Amino acid sequence: MSIVVDEKTPVIVQGFTGRMGTFHAEEMIEYGTNVVGGIAPGKSGSDHLGLPVFDTVRDAVNETGAEASIVFVPPPFAADAIMEAADAGIGQCVCITDGIPAQDMMKVKRFMRTKRVEKRMTLMGPNCAGVISPGKALLGIMPGHIYLQGPVGIIGRSGTLGYEAASQLKSMGIGVSTSVGIGGDPINGSSFTDHLKSFEQDPETSLVCIIGEIGGPQEAQAAQFARDHMHKKVVAYIAGLSAPKGRTMGHAGAIVTGVGESAAEKIEIMRDHGITVVERPSDFGEVIARLL
Amino acid sequence: MDIHEYQAKSLLSEYGVPIATGGLAYSPEQAAYRAKEIGGDKWVVKAQIHSGARGKAGGIKVCEDENEVWEAADDLLGRRLVTNQTGPGGKGVYRLYIEPVVPFDRELYLSMVLDRQTERIVLVMSGSGGVEIEELAETDPNAIVRIHIEPAVGLQGFQAREAAFACGLDAGLIAQAETLLLGAYRAFRDLDATLLEVNPLVVTEEGRLLALDAKMSFDDNALFRHQNVSELRDKSQEDPREMNAADRGLSYVGLDGNIGCIINGAGLAMATMDMIKHSGGEPANFLDIGGGASPERVAKAFKLVLSDDRVEAILVNIFAGINRCDWVAEGVVKALTELDVKVPVVVRLSGTNVEEGRRILDESDVDLITAETLAEAGEKSVAAVSWEAN
Repeated sequence: MSIVVDEKTPVIVQGFTGRMGTFHAEEMIEYGTNVVGGIAPGKSGSDHLGLPVFDTVRDAVNETGAEASIVFVPPPFAADAIMEAADAGIGQCVCITDGIPAQDMMKVKRFMRTKRVEKRMTLMGPNCAGVISPGKALLGIMPGHIYLQGPVGIIGRSGTLGYEAASQLKSMGIGVSTSVGIGGDPINGSSFTDHLKSFEQDPETSLVCIIGEIGGPQEAQAAQFARDHMHKKVVAYIAGLSAPKGRTMGHAGAIVTGVGESAAEKIEIMRDHGITVVERPSDFGEVIARLL
Repeated sequence: MDIHEYQAKSLLSEYGVPIATGGLAYSPEQAAYRAKEIGGDKWVVKAQIHSGARGKAGGIKVCEDENEVWEAADDLLGRRLVTNQTGPGGKGVYRLYIEPVVPFDRELYLSMVLDRQTERIVLVMSGSGGVEIEELAETDPNAIVRIHIEPAVGLQGFQAREAAFACGLDAGLIAQAETLLLGAYRAFRDLDATLLEVNPLVVTEEGRLLALDAKMSFDDNALFRHQNVSELRDKSQEDPREMNAADRGLSYVGLDGNIGCIINGAGLAMATMDMIKHSGGEPANFLDIGGGASPERVAKAFKLVLSDDRVEAILVNIFAGINRCDWVAEGVVKALTELDVKVPVVVRLSGTNVEEGRRILDESDVDLITAETLAEAGEKSVAAVSWEAN
């Protein structure tokens, strides 16, 4: 197993014929992902990368049986694309787009909740690197070759810092079951806790690594969930010890505005809940190797 | 994006929030003339800077005649005001807002923010205004009312009334408060605000509600659909280096240390700064040049980091994912050849084609220190600074 996607999951690409969509669709197909087509309104009937193009997500789902989608749509239209996927019955959606207005994301979350629980879509991102189940499927933009297949689940906000962790693991011969990006925005589709739940159920995952950062309440919620409901080991790193209060550090959500949002406070919360903290970002590999 | 008090008041008044009749002034003459226009016998001259706590910093002056207004304006214009929110450099005063002094009976607090916990807009109100809300949250948390607003239907009248009653407003003021709160919410929602604060909101001696101060911030990601808000941007209030970076698609935050950072990706940038700290150094900046890290961006980043005189060493840490390290290495070598870089430069590349990238760095003529791991990058950049210092 693995979570979110495997080699069988049929995937469609929203924003398929654009520059970003085309480039990453090719990479995903090369990695072995089961890409079955894409969306480009007004271009149905044509082919792109040898795959069918559809006007709407609903058409694509009806024709191909797509279960997952990845969104490469520009910020002003991305929320609309996510809601279209949620309405058409897509189960897993990754949104790569950086720069979606926060109030658009409020609407997206509200819209997703109008669906019955068993039909409700899981959204990863926006502003994330996507999901990879090494050796099986890539539903994202990460470089596949830095991941080995193995027992570690990764949940992170950041793209390149996640790559850093994965390549440290690879250099020590440790592999990854699935790596999930939840994104750097203030309001994201799914949380650390949502994916901790999935990893707890996944027989191929024996340890989960959370890569958090300053801003927002999610790391603290994850710490509480891990203590109360997880049997698997959880380790965590929180980026941004040197970030000043009230300043946005690149990610729209990486800003300390209130109590409990700084890296130092989050690290303390993690420790208080019995989670092993990776002190230095150069030590992901060593700390995880010791615990496996 | 932040805006000035007078701009926030003007926007809010379009949505039915009552404000006093004020006027803007760029010179002492204008200030005195504005006071005369407004009428009355007592005015307040308020420095317009992107910061709260202006009163304590001497940025708000009460004047009893037009000469005093002139004097106050003359004193404030061109000054840099340092508040507990501006940092030691302060913010320059180039605009003044003149308002009549309005006698009031009581002060309240009103704000709206985007709450990340509930993913909703939350209305925060208190019957005790004029103090910092953080302070109040500690001393008397029960005096604060919080109402989470359901995004599909928006703020409802009953919620506005509940908040108003909870603040102890007289029955005669409840209808006014309801109109004011519904208007403020519409402004927040329609303009994609991230913060709206009216502190204090007052009950005047004449029994009217009035926004005595106002502050608004907006979601940068939503500015594409609000030209009227973008227009209000005041570049004189922004850090020139950060503004310069933002205009070039780079994300930069200046800090107090001496090790300049050039990194791709926000998370890796924060982690690299932490690594510098763990190695005993202090980062001079946060800089995310974006996931792509093209040679042009690397060159721009060097220029930007070097514009800070305190920088004594530079650490470049790039994880090449989609791009290849050899391509990034060529960009680094090109930038170092073209720019006159006088400080030691530590470069750490990882990811796709890393061997080829390192070979290009090693074989080039430019002076640089290479590092293989993140730990080594941190240690070598800190060592480079201490070595220079000796």
